[in-house]
Amino acid sequence: MNIPTHLKYTKSHEWVKLEEDGTVTTGITIHAQELLGDMVFVEIPQAGRHLKQGEECAVVESVKAAADVYAPISGEVITINPELESAPEKINEDAHSAWLYKINPSNIEELNDLLDSSEYQKILESEAH
Amino acid sequence: MKTTSLNQVHRDMNAKMVDFGGWDMPLHYGSQLDEHHSIRKDAGMFDVSHMLAVDIKGEGSRDFLRQLVANNVDKLIQPGKALYTCMLNPEGGVIDDLIIYFLSESWFRMVVNAGTSEKDISWIQAQRNELAPELKITSRRDLSMIAVQGPNARAKVWQVIPGSQAATEDLKLFQSIMFEQYFIARTGYTGEDGFEITLPESDAKHLWNSLHAAGVAPAGLGARDTLRLEAGMNLYGQDMDETTNPLESGLSWTVDLKSERNFIGKKELIKTQAKYQLFGLLLLDRGVLRSHQKVSAQQNSERSVGEITSGGFSPTLNSSIALARLSAEVSIGDEVQVLIRDKALRARIVKYPFVRNGKSLI
Repeated sequence: MNIPTHLKYTKSHEWVKLEEDGTVTTGITIHAQELLGDMVFVEIPQAGRHLKQGEECAVVESVKAAADVYAPISGEVITINPELESAPEKINEDAHSAWLYKINPSNIEELNDLLDSSEYQKILESEAH
Repeated sequence: MKTTSLNQVHRDMNAKMVDFGGWDMPLHYGSQLDEHHSIRKDAGMFDVSHMLAVDIKGEGSRDFLRQLVANNVDKLIQPGKALYTCMLNPEGGVIDDLIIYFLSESWFRMVVNAGTSEKDISWIQAQRNELAPELKITSRRDLSMIAVQGPNARAKVWQVIPGSQAATEDLKLFQSIMFEQYFIARTGYTGEDGFEITLPESDAKHLWNSLHAAGVAPAGLGARDTLRLEAGMNLYGQDMDETTNPLESGLSWTVDLKSERNFIGKKELIKTQAKYQLFGLLLLDRGVLRSHQKVSAQQNSERSVGEITSGGFSPTLNSSIALARLSAEVSIGDEVQVLIRDKALRARIVKYPFVRNGKSLI
């Protein structure tokens, strides 16, 4: 499976990208969208909302089920992906381009709590057994 | 886990497999939405061999069925004709929903759900022992079933089974015929035209592969569920079960209370004043309706009017729809609220089916 090494990951299957301007972009992983199947609905937190790391903040729904999405890091939501409301299938097409929202982190140190690609790979392997 | 004769074929086609009531079955072969649209617009096929054909043979089969099921088998006049019915317990609850095919006066075939097949067989045998001990009841686990559905489904079947066109083109809906080793019925669970073909296990793989080569899309349980929901067809275990009666499950049309027959469950049903009814719901706000979500009155979210029994996303309507068991005091056209993750979303009560023969009815 494609698990890019420049991204960080959560156990709850979010991917996290630290941008050059210090903001953080996040979405759900290829593995998560595969488990869920065809996406039909997403609900993303509004810009301006303050999130705590680990907080339930978004919902993605596929034909099969609804899944909660958790904030990978604390901070303020600065922008959301406007495309996903009308085209949630973009998550299935390319989970790494179909970001959900960008966050201005309040404590960048929290990034250290996240998994790197090889740790995330191990989580996937353990779930497969 | 139990497997059908096509299990390896599904795996070779990269199906995502799931445990469906103890059966290892395909959920989808890549995209459940694509499979759904193929069946609405062209042709697709399901392996439904996990369902069970049960043959009832012997003199007096019809009389036995008059007592066993809630619909009236006396409606079956022409050989090959099929009837959809519920089998009830003495309390009027639904043991299963099934189709009965009339093959001859001494041979009827029932097709029952996979998850209920074992309890169905013991129930049917127990009733047989009491009412008609001379009848022979046989589980036909030696047969496979492939449902070919969609506007072009029949033509595709005719293309791959030589001679089948002449034998089946005059079949009307809910009619069937034996043709060579195939039992072909013009029935289905999608709201589209098509055939359900029952055949010896050893021939299933060949038919499946021939249909696939003719352009019939394999489809999994995921698409099967969205298609049947759009078509407004009940799913056993969700829309009705042993604790609900057919009159409160949108199945009154399958219950014959007029004839003199004394079928199991009739006594209770006659006494029942239906307080609930099955309605269609169309979600007006953004979101997805799911089973067990609570439904409340439009202006008062404290006033419960019922619960969703089957909900989901309708690929044809591109919005969310549901079947819901609601208080008989609500009416079609009313707006209600559905509680989804602590938010009250607006939905409208609509008549179902939602979709028939590729067209929206909403």
